[in-house]
Amino acid sequence: MTAAVIDHGHDAEAHDEHGDAHGGEHHATATGVSNEKLGMWVFLGSECLLFGALIATYLVYKGRSVNGPFPHEMIINGKKVPGVFDIPFTSVSSFVLLMSSLTMVLALSAIGRGDERRLRIWLIGTALLGSTFLAGQIYEFTAFIREGLTLKTNLFGSSFFVLTGFHGAHVTIGILMLLALANLSRKGKIPKERAEVVEIIGLYWHFVDVVWIVIFTVIYLIP
Amino acid sequence: MTIVVAPPTGSPDLPRRRISAPVDTGLLRRPAETEKGVWSWVTTVDHKRIGIMYGAASLVFFMIGGIEALLIRLQLAQPNGDLLSADVYNQMFTMHGTTMVFLLVMPLSSAFFNYFLPLQLGARDVAFPRLNAFSWWAYILGGFFIYSSMFLGGMPNGGWFGYAPNTSITYSPGHNIDFWIFGLQILGIGSTASAVNFIVTVINMRAPGMNLMRMPVFAWMTFVSSFLMLFAMPIITVALFLLSFDRTFGANFFNAGAGGDPVLWQHLFWLFGHPEVYILILPAMGIVSEVLPTFARKPLFGYSVVVFSGIAIGFMGWGVWAHHMFAVGLGPVAVSAFGISTMFIAVPTGVKIFNWTATLWGGAIRFTVAMMFSVGFISTFVIGGLSGVTHSLVASDTQQTDTYYIVAHFHYVLFGGALMGLFSGFYYWWPKIFGKMLSEKIGKAHFWVMLIGMHMTFFPMHFVGLQGQPRRMYRYDKGMGFDMWNLIETIGSFIIAVSLLLFLFNIYKTTKNPAKAPRDPWDARTVEWMTESPPKPHNFDHIPTIHTVDEFWHRKYAEDENHQMRRVATAEQVLAADPVDPSTIHMPSPSFWPLVAGFGLPVIAYGMIYRAWPVSILGALTIVGGLFGWSIEPSAAPHDDHDDHDDSHGHDGPETTFAGALPAGS
Repeated sequence: MTAAVIDHGHDAEAHDEHGDAHGGEHHATATGVSNEKLGMWVFLGSECLLFGALIATYLVYKGRSVNGPFPHEMIINGKKVPGVFDIPFTSVSSFVLLMSSLTMVLALSAIGRGDERRLRIWLIGTALLGSTFLAGQIYEFTAFIREGLTLKTNLFGSSFFVLTGFHGAHVTIGILMLLALANLSRKGKIPKERAEVVEIIGLYWHFVDVVWIVIFTVIYLIP
Repeated sequence: MTIVVAPPTGSPDLPRRRISAPVDTGLLRRPAETEKGVWSWVTTVDHKRIGIMYGAASLVFFMIGGIEALLIRLQLAQPNGDLLSADVYNQMFTMHGTTMVFLLVMPLSSAFFNYFLPLQLGARDVAFPRLNAFSWWAYILGGFFIYSSMFLGGMPNGGWFGYAPNTSITYSPGHNIDFWIFGLQILGIGSTASAVNFIVTVINMRAPGMNLMRMPVFAWMTFVSSFLMLFAMPIITVALFLLSFDRTFGANFFNAGAGGDPVLWQHLFWLFGHPEVYILILPAMGIVSEVLPTFARKPLFGYSVVVFSGIAIGFMGWGVWAHHMFAVGLGPVAVSAFGISTMFIAVPTGVKIFNWTATLWGGAIRFTVAMMFSVGFISTFVIGGLSGVTHSLVASDTQQTDTYYIVAHFHYVLFGGALMGLFSGFYYWWPKIFGKMLSEKIGKAHFWVMLIGMHMTFFPMHFVGLQGQPRRMYRYDKGMGFDMWNLIETIGSFIIAVSLLLFLFNIYKTTKNPAKAPRDPWDARTVEWMTESPPKPHNFDHIPTIHTVDEFWHRKYAEDENHQMRRVATAEQVLAADPVDPSTIHMPSPSFWPLVAGFGLPVIAYGMIYRAWPVSILGALTIVGGLFGWSIEPSAAPHDDHDDHDDSHGHDGPETTFAGALPAGS
C-alpha cells in the first residue's frame, strides 16, 4: 500500500513508496501527512465504531443476566453471591498494558535518535508487556470457566468474553506487528528515515491501550 | 504545491527508467508489467481496470438479482400463486435484497469511485493500489461465496435485514443464514478497506491547486459515502459477529430465554442500515451533479450548498435509524425524536433537488441519454423522497410498516433513484472508459422503457400497500383488492427486464462498432476529461494544476467583453501537450498478493460454517501468508538505476500494512 504514483519532478524516484512511507519526503502528499499514517488514523476511526458497538452491547446487557455467575458481588434472596471478578489482579495486568504504551513511545524516541539497538529493545519490551497482559487475560478466562462462566452460561458470559476477546485479538495482532518490526530492525531495514513505520504501529498500539482503559472502566470498575 | 509534474522527456541529466523486468520475490513470481490477457487482469492494481471489473461483475449480479425479482413477481402475479414454495420465496426475496444492495449498487458505485475518483482528483492512482485490488477480491469472492449456498443446501432466507431471533439457530437451523452472515462479513472487510483507501486518496492525492472546494461533486460524494462506509461497516460487523457467536458457539445475545434482546439486533442493524441507504444514494447524487451542469451548459447552481447538503446528509444519516423500528414499541419519546429527525433529513435532500432544478433553469439543455437518466433520477427520487417523509409520521408509519408501501418507497429511491443515477453515469462516462459512444438511439429506448416499467412496477405498490398487502408474503387470497395491481406490477417488472436487455444490446452494438468517440464528446467540464479516452495507465502525462471546479471548461471557454462565455480553445488544443515517455512515470506493479490474501476469506468462512476448524485455520494462514508476501514485496518493482540521492531508505524494504508489518525476509 503506497503512494506509489506521485511524481516528484526529479525522476521516477517519484512514486517510490519509501519516500512517502517514512517521513522523509512529506511534500509528496496534499496534506504533508503520508498516506500510510493517514490510512492508519482513518482505519482507527473505523475501529472506534467496532469497539463502540461491542461496548454498547455490553452496557445494554449489563445486569440483565437471568442466572449467575455474576461479575460483581450481589445479594440475591438475602444471600451474598460472590462475583467472578478479581479486580486487583486485572488492575495489575491493566497497568502492565498501559506501561507498554510508555515503552512504545521510548521505542519511537530511540529510532528518532537513530538508535536502532534501543529501538529493538523497547519494541521487544513492548511486545513482552503486551504478552504479559494477554497471559493475564488467558489466566482470567480459564479461571472464569472453572467457576462455571462460559460463553453459553448467561448474557454476562456472552458479552464479556466477546468484548474482551476482541480486544485480546487486537493485542495479539499488535504483538505480531511489534515482533515483525523488531525483526526488520535486526536486518537493518528500519533506519532513522523509516521511523514513521514505528510511529504507525505505535498509533495502533496506543489505540488498543486506550480502548482497554474504556473497557476496564466499563466492565470492571462500574458495579 | 504538492505534486510536481514529471519533467518532459529528453532532459539530458535525468536518469531514465526502463520498464522493470519481473523479479522473483520468493513465494510467487512477480507478475510482469507487460503481462497480457487474463493474468494481467488478475494481478492488476490499476484503479481503472479494477473499476471496470467492479462494473462488469455488478452487472452480472444485477442480472441474477433481477431474475430473482422476476420470479417473485411471477409468484405474485395472481392470487395464491404456486410457482414458488414458501421457502424458495423466502430465499428469493432475501437474495434479491442482499444482491441488489451489496452486490449491485454498492459495487457499481465502487466501480465509478475506482475509475473516476483518481481521474477527477488529477491523481495517477488511488492511495493504496494493492489494497484496492484486495477490496475487489473480497467483493467478488464474497459474492461467489454467498451464491455458493445455492448448491449447498439453500440460499439465505432470513431477509436482507436478517432479524434475530428469526435467524437464530433455533428458528433457522440450516446453513442458509450462515452463508449470509459470513458473506456479508467478507463484503464488509472489502468495503472498509475501500473506504480507508478512498478517504486517504481524497485527502492526500489531489492535484496541485485542487483544494477541497475545487473537487468535482462526484469526488465529494465519494468522500462522504466513504466516511459512511468507514463508520457503518464495523457496526454490522459486530452485529453479525454476535449473531454468529449465537449460532456457532451457543452465546446468548439474541436468546430471549436468557434475557437477550431481539431489539438490540434491530438497533445494530439499522444503525448500519440507515447510513447504508445514503451510501447507496450519495454516489448517484454525485453523478447527477456532474451530468446536469454538462448538459445544461451551466455551472452547478450553488456548488458549495450541494456539497454541504451532502455532508449534512452524511451526518444526519446517523440520527434516523429508529424510523425503521417504529412498530417495535420504543416509547413515545424515542419515536417522536426519530420522527422529527427523519423530517429534518429531508431538508438537505430537498436543497439538492432545488439546486439541480436551478442548474437546469435557463440552461442550454441537451437531452442526451445521460441527461434523461439524470432528470429521470430527480423526478422519481422526489416521489420516493416524499413517500419517505410520510414514514416520519409515526402513527401513519405504524400502519405502513411491513406493507408494500415501504417496498414502493425504497424501490423509488433505490431503483428510480440510485440506479437511474448510475445508468446516467454509464452513458455519460462510457466514452471516457472505453473510448466509444453508447448508441443514443438505443439508449433513449432503454430510458423510456425502463422509466415506464419502473413506474408500472412500483407505483401500484403504494396502493396495495396502503390497502394492507403485507410484504414478504408468498401468497395472497382472491378478493382482497390486490389482484389487478399485482398483475400490473408483474407486467411492469418484465418491461424493466426488457429495458435491461436493451442496455446489454447497446453495449454489444457499441463493442462491435469500430467508431471511436471524439475526445470531448459532451463538451465536459471537469478534470477527468483532461486526458485521453480511455486514459493511459498513468492517467495524465502532465498532472494539471487546478484553478476551479470546472477546470476543463474554463480552459475551453472565456468571457468576452459582453460577459458572454465564448469558446477560446478546442478540447484538442487544451489537451495538446508534449507526450511523456511512459517509462519515466513509474506506476505500481501488478501483484498476486491481494488475491492470495482475499482468497483466505471464503476459506475461513467455509471452515466456520461446516465446523471444520482446520480449514478455517488454513484460511487464516493463507491471509497471513498473503499479507506477508504483500509486506515484503515492494509496491513497485525495483529499478536497476535506483538513485538514492536524498533518501537513504531501503530500496526493497517492506511496506507497512494495516494488517501488519509482518516478519520480513530480505
